[in-house]
Amino acid sequence: MADIRVDEQSGEAGFGDYVALLKPRVMSLVVFTALVGLLVAPVSVHPVIAFASIVFIALGGGASGALNMWWDSDIDRVMRRTCARPIPAGRVEPNEALALGLGLSILSVAMLGLAANWVAAGLLAFTIFFYVVVYSMWLKRTTPQNIVIGGAAGAFPPMIGWACATGGISVESVAMFALIFMWTPPHFWSLALFMKDDYSNAGVPMLTVTHGRKSARTHILVYTLLLAPVTIGTGFTQIGGGVYLAIATLLHARFLWGAWQIWRRDEAAAIADKYKVERKTFRFSLIYLAALFAALLAEAGLHHFGFGGWW
Amino acid sequence: MTGLAPEHEIHRRRFGRNLGLGLALLFFVILVFALTIVKVGEQPAPLGAAPALQGQAHGQPKGQGG
Repeated sequence: MADIRVDEQSGEAGFGDYVALLKPRVMSLVVFTALVGLLVAPVSVHPVIAFASIVFIALGGGASGALNMWWDSDIDRVMRRTCARPIPAGRVEPNEALALGLGLSILSVAMLGLAANWVAAGLLAFTIFFYVVVYSMWLKRTTPQNIVIGGAAGAFPPMIGWACATGGISVESVAMFALIFMWTPPHFWSLALFMKDDYSNAGVPMLTVTHGRKSARTHILVYTLLLAPVTIGTGFTQIGGGVYLAIATLLHARFLWGAWQIWRRDEAAAIADKYKVERKTFRFSLIYLAALFAALLAEAGLHHFGFGGWW
Repeated sequence: MTGLAPEHEIHRRRFGRNLGLGLALLFFVILVFALTIVKVGEQPAPLGAAPALQGQAHGQPKGQGG
C-alpha cells in the first residue's frame, strides 16, 4: 500500500491517466451523435474524411474535458463521484492537464478545418470555448440553471458532424442540437435527485439545493413536456420520417411517464424505495437519446435505399 | 520489493506512457497520410462545368431530400 502511495505522489502518470483526462465516456456520446449528424446529412462524404472528422471532433471534445478537469480540480476533490479523477488523485499535475487541453484544442480545430471545412472547425472551437469558459468557468458555480446552459455544449457535436458534410447549418442540424439541449436538464436533474450530497458539498448551485427538491421535480416534468415538440418536430424535417416518428412517440411517452411519476411523488416516498423511479428514469433517458439518434440513422439508411422519409 | 529491483512500478508506467504516445503518434501520421492521399486524389471541378458533374469525390449530393 505504501509503495503505491509513493508512486502516486511521484507524478508518474500512466497513459491511462491522460486518457481519463479526456473523459472517454463523454467522448463516446460525442462520437455517436457527431457520426449521426454526419451520416444523416444529404451530402455524402469520403469515408476517410468522415473518419478523420469524427476523430478530430472526439479529440476536441476530449480537450474540453481536460480543460474542465483542470479548472474544476478543486471541486472534484470534494465530490465522491469525481475524487478518483487523475488530478484530485495526484497522478497528473493541473498544469499538465491545462497544457494537454490547450494543445489538443488547437490541434483538433486546425485538423478538422483541414480535413473537413472551416465552418465545422469554427463550430468545434466555439463548442470548446462554450464548455470551458461559459459553462465551467462562468456559469457552473454561479447559477442553478448551469445544467441548462451546459447542455448546449453537449448539443453541438451533431451540428458539427452535419457541418462536416454540408459546410453549413440548417433546420435539421438545429433540430438535432435542440434535441440534446432540451434533453440534458431532465436527464441531469434526475441524477441530481439521487446523488444529492455531492453537489451541495462542493458548493455547486444545483437546482435541487437552491430551489429545493420539489422544484427540481417540477422542472423535470416541464422540460420533458417542452422536449416533446422538439422530438416530434424533428420527425417532420428532412432527416425524419415515419419510422423515426413512431419510435420517437413511443420513447417520449415512456420518458414523460417517468417524469410524471417523479413529479407526483415526494421525498419521503423516494427515500422509502431508494429513489427507484428517479434512477430508472435517469437510465431510461440515456436509452431515449441513443435510440432517437439511432432512429435518425435508420431513416438515413432507408433514404439510401429509396424508402422512408417524407420527401 | 527490494531497493535495487531493476523493474519498478514507475518504470512500467513510464513504458506504458511512451508506448501509448508512440502508438497515438503513429495513428496520427497514418491518418494525415490517408487524408493527403484522398485530398490530392480529388478531381478538381473543371471550370464552367455543369453542377451535376462537380463533386465526384467529395461533397456529392446523395440524391435524397427536397
